[in-house]
Amino acid sequence: MPNASHFKRLPMRVGEPVTVFVEGRAIEVESYDTAAAAVLIAGLVPSRTTPTSGSARAPYCLMGVCFECLLDIDGVANQQGCMVKVRDGMQIHRQVGARDIHESPQETA
Amino acid sequence: MSSRNTTDVCYDLAIIGAGPAGMAAAAEAGQLGLATVLIDEQEEAGGQIYRAIERAPLADEGILGSDYYKGRSLLKAMQASHTDYLPGTTVWDVEDDLTLNVSHHGRSRQVRARRLLIATGAQERPVPFTGWTLPGVMTCGAAQVLLKNSALVPSAPLVLAGSGPLMLLVASQLSYAGVPIKALLDTTPRENYFRAARYSPGALRNLKLLLKGVGLLRTLKRSGVPHITGVESLRAESGKDDHLDKVYYRRKGADHELDCRSLLVHQGVVPNVQLTRALELKHRWNEQQQCWNPHADVWGETSRAGIFVAGDSSGIAGAQAAEEAGRLSVLQIAKQLGQLEEDTRNKRAVPIRRRLGPHQAIRPFLDVLYQPARPFLIPEDDTIVCRCEEITAGELRSIADAGCQGPNQAKAFSRAGMGPCQGRLCGLTVSQVLAERNNQSIDAVGYYHIRPPIKPLTIGELADIAN
Repeated sequence: MPNASHFKRLPMRVGEPVTVFVEGRAIEVESYDTAAAAVLIAGLVPSRTTPTSGSARAPYCLMGVCFECLLDIDGVANQQGCMVKVRDGMQIHRQVGARDIHESPQETA
Repeated sequence: MSSRNTTDVCYDLAIIGAGPAGMAAAAEAGQLGLATVLIDEQEEAGGQIYRAIERAPLADEGILGSDYYKGRSLLKAMQASHTDYLPGTTVWDVEDDLTLNVSHHGRSRQVRARRLLIATGAQERPVPFTGWTLPGVMTCGAAQVLLKNSALVPSAPLVLAGSGPLMLLVASQLSYAGVPIKALLDTTPRENYFRAARYSPGALRNLKLLLKGVGLLRTLKRSGVPHITGVESLRAESGKDDHLDKVYYRRKGADHELDCRSLLVHQGVVPNVQLTRALELKHRWNEQQQCWNPHADVWGETSRAGIFVAGDSSGIAGAQAAEEAGRLSVLQIAKQLGQLEEDTRNKRAVPIRRRLGPHQAIRPFLDVLYQPARPFLIPEDDTIVCRCEEITAGELRSIADAGCQGPNQAKAFSRAGMGPCQGRLCGLTVSQVLAERNNQSIDAVGYYHIRPPIKPLTIGELADIAN
C-alpha cells in the first residue's frame, strides 16, 4: 500500500507525538497534525476513490476548500481530513466511493 | 476569551475568519468597546497566511521568513481585546436578522449580532489541466499549510508549476529548507511582462514589496533551482499505482517530460466568495484579477446594510492590506452603532488609509503580470473542470451547444458544481468556459447560486437549531 511519496518532517521547536492508525498500521505523528497530514506521512496516497467513477484522489488544497481529502475517521465516513486534528489512537481509513447510508447511525443528536 | 454559551447574547459585531483582517478587526473593535465575537473554521487563529502562528513549530525561522512571524503581534492584539473567540467553528448560514447558524465539532447553535464582518480570505484559483486530479498533485498553498502547521515537506522528485508570487515564495522556502526542487515550470505568459510594464508607476509606490519580489527571484536563481519560464501547457500522468509519475510540458513548441512524484501547482489566489454569494450580495467581475469581488463601499459595507467584507474575501490585496481593511470596517461599524463620532472616525481612518495606499497601488501591476495563461482559465476539451462530478471542459461546451446558458443550468445539464465542494473549485472555470462558448460576457453568464448550508452538515447538526 504505502509508496515512496511520504512527506518528511523538518526539525520542530517542540513536539508532542501521538499514535494514529492509518489503514490499521500504527504511525507516529504530531498532536497538531491533521488526519490529512497523517495519510501523507503514512504514504496512503491515493487516500480515496470518487463516488462518480472510482478514480483515485488524495489531499489537494489542505485548507477546507476542495473536499479531496475525505476520509473515514473513527468509523465516521466523509470527514474532511484537513479539518480534523489527530487524536491518540485515531483510526483513519480510505474513503472508498460514497458514504454508505446503511451504516450504523453516528449522529449524537 | 470565553467559551460560554453565546446563544442568548446579541453581539455588536460578529467577525467571520481569524486571518489578518479578522484579527486586526477584533483588536480594533475591542479598543472601541464593541462586544465582539470572532468565529473561525480553523482550530488555531492566523488564517492561511499566519497559520499556526501561535505555535510556529518550525525550528528554523529562516524558512518562512520574517513576514510570517509579523503575525504574532496581530494575534497578541486580538487575544488582548476581550473578543469572544470561537475556533473550530463553521458558519453554515446567515439569516436575514444576522443570526448566524454555526457548527462546532458536530453540534450546531446560533450566534446573534448587530453587524457582520466577513473576513473569509482567499482560496487558490482552480488550475485545470489534464491530470490535475491525480494523487501527488497538490497546490502550492497546500504545501505551505503543511510547512506552517506541521513542518512537513513533500517528497522527491518535486516539481512546481504555474504562476504567481506564492509559487515563487513556496519554491524559495522549500529550497531554503533543503528540499531539492527538480524544476520550477513558470507558465506566466511572456506578453504579461510587457502588459504589466505600463502599471509600473503604481508598483513603484510600493517599493518594499517590489524589492521583496526581486529579492525572491534572485534567491531562487542563487539556489540553483531550474526556473523554466515561458511554459505553455502542462499535463500530468500517473503510473501503475494511480499516483502521479510524470509531468509533461510544452515550451517554444517542443514537448518535454520530467519524472515527478510531487507536483505543486498554482495560478494565483481569488476571493473566497462562498458566503458572500450565499447571502446574495452584489458581485462584480474583476477583469484584471479574473475573478468575482463582492461590491463594497470605502468602508467595506456590502450591498446589504450592516454586512461588511474586509481583506482578500473582498478582493485580493494581500495580508497587510487585509489588516487595514479590517480596521476601516470596524471604524464605520462603531460609528453606525453610535460608539464613534463621524469626526473621530475620519481622523482615525487617515493613517489607516495612508498605510493601505501602497498595497492597492501595486495591485494592477501584479494582477496583470500574473494573469493566468488562457488554457488555465478556459481549458482544453479533455480537461476535468468539476473535480467532484468529473465534468470536462468538452462536456461543458457540448451542453452549451445544447442550449445551456449559464452555470446554474449547467448543474441540471451535467451536475457540474453539485459535488461536496459546492462549486468552489470549478465555479470560475465553468462560468468562463460557458461565456466563451456562448459568446457572452462573464457578467451576463454570472456564477452559481450558492445556497446554505455552505458546508455539508449532518441531519443532527440541522436538528440542533430546531431544539
